Amino acid sequence: MFRPVVRLSTSGVRSLTRTRPCYSAPSASRCYSHAKVETDEEFDARWVTYFSKPDIDAWELKKGMNTLIGYDLVPEPKILDSALRACRRLNDLASAIRILEAVKDKSGPHKDIYPYLIQELQPTLIELGISTPEDLGMDIL
Amino acid sequence: MRSSTTLINSTEPITFFTILATSKQISQMLHLTKVCVGCLLSRRAVLALTNSGARMSSHDHHEVSNNLDVSQPMYSARVDTPLPDRPWKDVLDSTDKSLKQEKGPWTALSKEEKIALYRLKFNHTYPEMKRPSHEWKTVIGGMFIFFGITGLLVFWQCHYVYPPQPHTFGEEWQAKQIQRMLDMRINPIEGFSAQWDYKNKQWK
Repeated sequence: MFRPVVRLSTSGVRSLTRTRPCYSAPSASRCYSHAKVETDEEFDARWVTYFSKPDIDAWELKKGMNTLIGYDLVPEPKILDSALRACRRLNDLASAIRILEAVKDKSGPHKDIYPYLIQELQPTLIELGISTPEDLGMDIL
Repeated sequence: MRSSTTLINSTEPITFFTILATSKQISQMLHLTKVCVGCLLSRRAVLALTNSGARMSSHDHHEVSNNLDVSQPMYSARVDTPLPDRPWKDVLDSTDKSLKQEKGPWTALSKEEKIALYRLKFNHTYPEMKRPSHEWKTVIGGMFIFFGITGLLVFWQCHYVYPPQPHTFGEEWQAKQIQRMLDMRINPIEGFSAQWDYKNKQWK
């Protein structure tokens, strides 16, 4: 699967998760790969579908999360929402909190990504009863 | 392990980079295997590293070094792997009660219960995993110890091993040698004799 390496941009909160790949369509006469590039929306949709599987099992959740965290990006709120609901189906509160910690760590030096994610996920967190690591005092040593 | 002990006991000249690498290696080896190398550094390093690092001595479900079964799923504390292959605590005794509660609505759980559930599954939180260690002090300290030992060795060698200096190094001989070089006009245009002012018999 061909996946471009993208970097976190610092301009604006909305575009913080991913930028578009910056090379043009294959109309030049150079020897670029002709593989189809997956758009951001397709990527998001694929992952939301993955976590939305009704009978997802614990291994698939682990594999999905570990793979997602391995990418050079911070997942969109809708992917995380889908993952948190998967944790709920698996009765796994600890993993849900762990996912929030992981995306905070993924944001690295960009300190405004995590508050944005929490703000977007607030309805889900309240509905499912997931406390953030900050609520539980687990964000400090 | 063998190569590092022979390195310490040898009297051959030791480069700084070898010392640096060796001390770092020894710290790392000690961190992982806790084997005493039989030198001063090991005792300090063991003391320094006893409480750092995630040793599982207080949990009875992990057996390290002898009985670690790597064919089974293992727990890993890595920031790039948020959900490890197995939970931290496998054998649950009085914590069984908490397990049942996870099946119900999570809004009914108190903060302490949520923290307890987290701690069942994970050993360290992300900030705890990423906490800075004091290992660098051991490394730098070990480095300086080795520099010192080398310094002592070099000093001993200068005193006991080197033969006496050739007689041509003496003050008198050097003075006569310089005078001869000036008389021979060694490099008179841009080099040695060019620096000598022959009229005023002094250096320019």
